[in-house]
Amino acid sequence: MNEQSAVTVEGVSKRFRLYHDRGNSLKERFVKRGQARYEDLWALNDLSFDVKEGETIGILGHNGSGKSTLLKCICGVLQPTQGQVVVRGTLAGLLELGAGFQPELSGRDNVYLNGSMLGLSRRDVEKVFDEIVEFAELEQFIDNQVKFYSSGMYVRLGFAVAVSVKPDILVIDEVLAVGDERFQRKCLQRIREFKEQGRTIIVVTHSADQVKSICDRAVVLSHGNMLDVGTPGHAVQIFRDSLLGEEASRPVHEEAQIIHKGDVTLLEITCTHPGAVASLPFRSGDPVEITLVYTSNAPIKGVVFGIEVHSPLGYLVLATSTLDLDEHLDLETGKGELTFSFDSWPFAGEEMKISGGILSRLGGVVYAWKEDACRLKAIYEGRSPGIVTLPVKASLKVATP
Amino acid sequence: MTDDASASAASSTKLKAAAVAPPKQVRIVSATSTVPTRLSEIWRCRELLVNLVSTEIKIKYKNSTLGLLWSMVAPAANLAIYWLVFGVILKNGVPNFVIYLFAGTLFWNFFQTGVQTATGVVVQQAGIVKKVAFPREILALASVGTAAVYMFSQALVLILFMVIVGNSPAWGLLPLLIPALIAVALISVAIGIALSAVNVYLRDMQHLIEVIMMAWFWACPIVYSFWNQIHPKLDHHGLTWVYLLNPMTPIILTSQRVIYNQHLYHYNNKLAHVLPPWPASSYLLMDLALIVVGLFATYGALAIFGRLEGNFAEEL
Repeated sequence: MNEQSAVTVEGVSKRFRLYHDRGNSLKERFVKRGQARYEDLWALNDLSFDVKEGETIGILGHNGSGKSTLLKCICGVLQPTQGQVVVRGTLAGLLELGAGFQPELSGRDNVYLNGSMLGLSRRDVEKVFDEIVEFAELEQFIDNQVKFYSSGMYVRLGFAVAVSVKPDILVIDEVLAVGDERFQRKCLQRIREFKEQGRTIIVVTHSADQVKSICDRAVVLSHGNMLDVGTPGHAVQIFRDSLLGEEASRPVHEEAQIIHKGDVTLLEITCTHPGAVASLPFRSGDPVEITLVYTSNAPIKGVVFGIEVHSPLGYLVLATSTLDLDEHLDLETGKGELTFSFDSWPFAGEEMKISGGILSRLGGVVYAWKEDACRLKAIYEGRSPGIVTLPVKASLKVATP
Repeated sequence: MTDDASASAASSTKLKAAAVAPPKQVRIVSATSTVPTRLSEIWRCRELLVNLVSTEIKIKYKNSTLGLLWSMVAPAANLAIYWLVFGVILKNGVPNFVIYLFAGTLFWNFFQTGVQTATGVVVQQAGIVKKVAFPREILALASVGTAAVYMFSQALVLILFMVIVGNSPAWGLLPLLIPALIAVALISVAIGIALSAVNVYLRDMQHLIEVIMMAWFWACPIVYSFWNQIHPKLDHHGLTWVYLLNPMTPIILTSQRVIYNQHLYHYNNKLAHVLPPWPASSYLLMDLALIVVGLFATYGALAIFGRLEGNFAEEL
């Protein structure tokens, strides 16, 4: 295989047997012999991909898509039913922060114990001990028993030990949502440092933004199958589409009405600039109308139309919806359209991506959504840089001496 | 395209790194792993083993005043009861009976504690097993290791007793204790590793092993004398070898030979042998044979463990 790859996943499948009330005792095993009913659940289905050395790869997927199973296979906590994972270099897995902490022991003893679980020798730990304590901000409490720690202190210590291992490959399972915001930033910073040091990072997350901001590539999983492996932007889009597809198969119960997903379809989203002279280019500050064209097979009470505008780099710069505008809308059967009118389009120079969709009134269900459905580029004739233009005046007041 | 570019960029940086860094270890996670790879993984994590043993001991006696002394209290109480019942009340006439008992229970307690705690350890440590990757055999090894620490602390008491009672060991035969110790350690490790894996699937094992251990204890010549009470009866039918099939018997006999070191005593007004009048070489041979058996058993236990380990995280 490729010399440069840090982790190679080769045709990995994982089967879970779901037993219906199987006994764990000898008697039950014997009595129920031959009638142990089970279903096979393939949590992972013939996955193959390669993680290059120094790469940060994100694993995206809905709940139960097999993300954590895949991660456990990579870490070696689970063994794949078929296929294999080849890991080159030392690997530290953060499947759960503080896993293996012994509540009765002091923080200090736990650092040594946890370190050795992650593959550090006593001398290695001694070298980085102060660093760990400092990172976890537990100088006062390091000799207290861990059972007296708050949950925040607990996870801080867990994270600090894990990152101090300085592994070639770091595997993180949704653990970045720990601690307060400041500590989260610290963790993210440490992860970026790892990245710059050329270490390989595999991270599981639900957060599309996190994927976009730290990953080089992303893998999208759905029901144990790999939908895509590619650039984060692309992967996030596929991920969102798959989430929608997922929901489409499930009827929605809301306010005593049952709505099937096929009932509402978003046909297109168009951007027009009314009042603009056709021959002239569209300029920043011109009025814009964004129209969502839909069809509905059944009357639906209480829907929300929403749009989002993203910059070319993927930052959300504007989002609005009929809910925000206090419009209460019901859909009748048939085709229709909804228009958002902007008196003045504030973005300039860049080609903005417009997404939009139809949601349930409380926002819990997305009936239809089109990501990056149309693009709008406005010419800016002024001289100020930046992507937003707003009417602005400058005035000088000179205090008379 | 872009991947190729980044790969070649990575390779050039890697070439620089390769000049200084040692080659990276390669680990393969798959459903099949051979026993030698398992052994090398265990060796890599030896430090964890030491830490687990010390953790186990620290936790067990944390917040108790007597601390590690407690590991001697229960065996001592046992010893006192046997001595009272068999030595004082039933008057079996064995001289220095306390030392005789102690010589037998020393290795037996190690074996029993090690196997019994190892059996439940994977289930008990489910939290770690499900979340942290390390060779899980270490858990069973740590249980046996902890039992070994208790054994050494009991040995200190034994030495104290021997000084008080004035029972001197067979000085020349002291090295015999080493093969006996290796044999009992290997057998404990083999049984402990195998049962710790089986117990994940059949939780009965934990309780079953207690019963088995109770019966096993009486199948060993700890409280009674092998040569005086078992041998004549079995030899009559030519069945002594059956009794010696119990791997703990030769180990316990060795320890008695070395530590107790008394041969003759008055039994029903006749002179009788407490210990078999065998030469030292036959003890050595028996222990060496057991070491070989223990090695094979450990190999087999690792193979069993490897097969069963794949589904641990699901079964726990």
